Amino acid sequence: MSLASAFDPHLDEPEPPLYAARKQIYPQAVKGSYRRIKWILLTITLGIYYFLPFVRWDRGPSAPSQAVLIDLPHRRAYFFFIEIWPQEVYYLTGLLILAALVLFLMNAMAGRIWCGYLCPQTVWTDLFMAVERLIEGDRRERMHRDAQPINLETFSLKLLKHSIWLLLSWWMGGVWVLYFADAPTLVKDLATFRAEPIAYVSILVLTFTTYTFAGLMREQVCLYMCPWPRIQAALTDEHALNVTYRYDRGEPHMSLKKATQARSIGEPAGDCIDCQQCVAVCPTGVDIRQGPNLGCIQCGLCIDACDDVMTKIDRPVRLIAYDTDVNIKRRQSGLGEVFKPIRARTLLYAIMIVGIGGVMIYALANRAPFTLNVIHDRNPIFVKLSDGHIRNGYTVRIANMLSDSQTFTLKVDGLHESHIEIIGGEGEIGGLPAVSVGADQTRELRVLVRAGEEDDREGEPAHLTFTLQDVHDGRTAVASDFFRTPHSVH
Amino acid sequence: MQDHSDKKANEKAGYGTTGHEWDGIQELNTPLPRWWLWTWYASIIWAFCYWIAYPAIPMVSSFTKGVLGWSSREAVIADVQGLQTLRGPMTAKIEAASLADIEKTPELLSFARAQGAAAFAVNCSPCHGAGAQGSKGYPNLNDDDWLWGGSLDTIHTTLQHGIRWDADKDTRSSMMPAFGKDGTLKANEISATADYVRSLSGLPTDKGADLALGQSVFAANCAACHGDNGEGNQDVGAPKLNDKVWLYGSDKALIMERITLGGGGVMPAWSTRLDVPTIKSLAVYVHTLGGGQ
Repeated sequence: MSLASAFDPHLDEPEPPLYAARKQIYPQAVKGSYRRIKWILLTITLGIYYFLPFVRWDRGPSAPSQAVLIDLPHRRAYFFFIEIWPQEVYYLTGLLILAALVLFLMNAMAGRIWCGYLCPQTVWTDLFMAVERLIEGDRRERMHRDAQPINLETFSLKLLKHSIWLLLSWWMGGVWVLYFADAPTLVKDLATFRAEPIAYVSILVLTFTTYTFAGLMREQVCLYMCPWPRIQAALTDEHALNVTYRYDRGEPHMSLKKATQARSIGEPAGDCIDCQQCVAVCPTGVDIRQGPNLGCIQCGLCIDACDDVMTKIDRPVRLIAYDTDVNIKRRQSGLGEVFKPIRARTLLYAIMIVGIGGVMIYALANRAPFTLNVIHDRNPIFVKLSDGHIRNGYTVRIANMLSDSQTFTLKVDGLHESHIEIIGGEGEIGGLPAVSVGADQTRELRVLVRAGEEDDREGEPAHLTFTLQDVHDGRTAVASDFFRTPHSVH
Repeated sequence: MQDHSDKKANEKAGYGTTGHEWDGIQELNTPLPRWWLWTWYASIIWAFCYWIAYPAIPMVSSFTKGVLGWSSREAVIADVQGLQTLRGPMTAKIEAASLADIEKTPELLSFARAQGAAAFAVNCSPCHGAGAQGSKGYPNLNDDDWLWGGSLDTIHTTLQHGIRWDADKDTRSSMMPAFGKDGTLKANEISATADYVRSLSGLPTDKGADLALGQSVFAANCAACHGDNGEGNQDVGAPKLNDKVWLYGSDKALIMERITLGGGGVMPAWSTRLDVPTIKSLAVYVHTLGGGQ
């Protein structure tokens, strides 16, 4: 015995393994209401994904006519009637915050609905498993075949399966790039090998990741790569509906024969007959009877499997069901079930969703047709002219978000005596310098403001207001800045 | 998922432990997946490949070059050439257009201003300052007071040939005599002239200043270049003396210093260092800073 092991008696014992090999999961086919919901949602979500890029939306001649488009070269994002410029990226932030809150609300109401029914990882894995089942057969057949040494039939079946998987993955990646360019044109270009190399690279990368994640890694993505299960566990509570094994009804579990005997002599017997069907159908290979589980994506397939068995043995269905911790405890103590969908957290999430959604809709509805940005020169902060006047320089950026060219006048207020000039502007309209900005364009200009000596006074620099006015309809955009002089504080 | 077959299972967790224990606190064993281990090995192999392929290990006076022969310097050269190719069409337009047309065409103006600003930062800012605000002896290019002319063409000529730059035969040239150093003027004359010069732009003069003497000295020695009323002369680069902008400062001592030492600033001729479109862009940039005439 070494000195170290005198302090730690376990040191001499062999170390347990730190790495575990993945246990292949062979999910069994199942029929039932949740399976049907999953098929419907799979069809809808994949349908939206595959056909959305081809939906057209007329925006006039100066903008693309694709309903949903992220136009990276021109720095624009389009979503039906919404058009987002890069400086409005806060809409995206808002959308992400909304998405997170909706996820939280869904979780507070009914657990991992996202994981079980809507997550792309789940949807594509489901599709890949269906292909696998179609080619290699159901659970038992596949387990049996994999236990045998490989032969020509196994090899050709697996080859076929992987080929179809790759085809599906390629299709997935192929559609992804259609969201970044005009879809019909890109399809033509892709087919004739005239598309940008980045399109092919993106398709290749997405084909690879889809094939790996949905075909090979499956539940490993949820268990080891996705952060949501870990966050979700911290956000759920005893009132949230979760796919739950009702142990108050199921325990003590025993074989059907023993349960019948026990019941005949008045001893307690649970409804669970330990048939393992819930484990067999589980796509992540968990045993729901062990309680809430990190690996459980709450897809409800075990509910379908268990209902099937309960019907066969003539016991009530929903031994596994969407249920809450609180209700199990209440039933055990002979109390009635309670459902509290309106709780502090669900209310809070709902209020936040409505609030943020409302602010975003308001902002979108009142989105400025053009914007004005003014930046004061950093150096020099003022220029003294030969006649003693003081001049400040500004960089002015005008973004015209309208679909036709606009002419604007620029006015400045806040000085006793001021003169404004736009370098490279388009003359004057009504005594004010004018500038025109093309449809859907941004223009950066240098603007000079000159003031007399009486504006050079001690104290805070004068506060300027720049007003950009659309000559056509009189709408304005306003920006403010300062006028700095030798005697003002700076 | 987890391997529950470990020798020591934690009773409460129903879960294997690593066997490690500190003051009764046990460490649960949640084994990482084996594929994770393989990605780790793969990263190590990747790092080794990277090491061989790219410059990596510092040596005494150099470093290992890597079998791919990649170098950051060549990448920069390729990037710069790529940019020049990209800007080629616009640069050609700048070269072809007249200076006035560049300023009138929004597209050319914004390109010339951007290119001019970049060239200014590299070549001109050491003397004229980052914002072209100048400093003592180096003119502020934002204001409307120009030594050799503030029109597009005169600025362009100054840029091409420089000021008092002997290597260029067309350089702008003039020299203010060192009136004091040479002994042309006496101390009291210099003092009186400095006071008189200040009075030209309405600045207060010293008590008992002999403005009459100053005026006569000025008329005899200075007016030829600076004008009878100090209005300056851009043909010879003689500054205006009756305005509010002072190249070397408006203090009497500083004015006396200039009269005593004479001389003038030097600016290099850029036509031998920068190409035609860059000089044109610089002229447009300086002209549009605000003081252009």
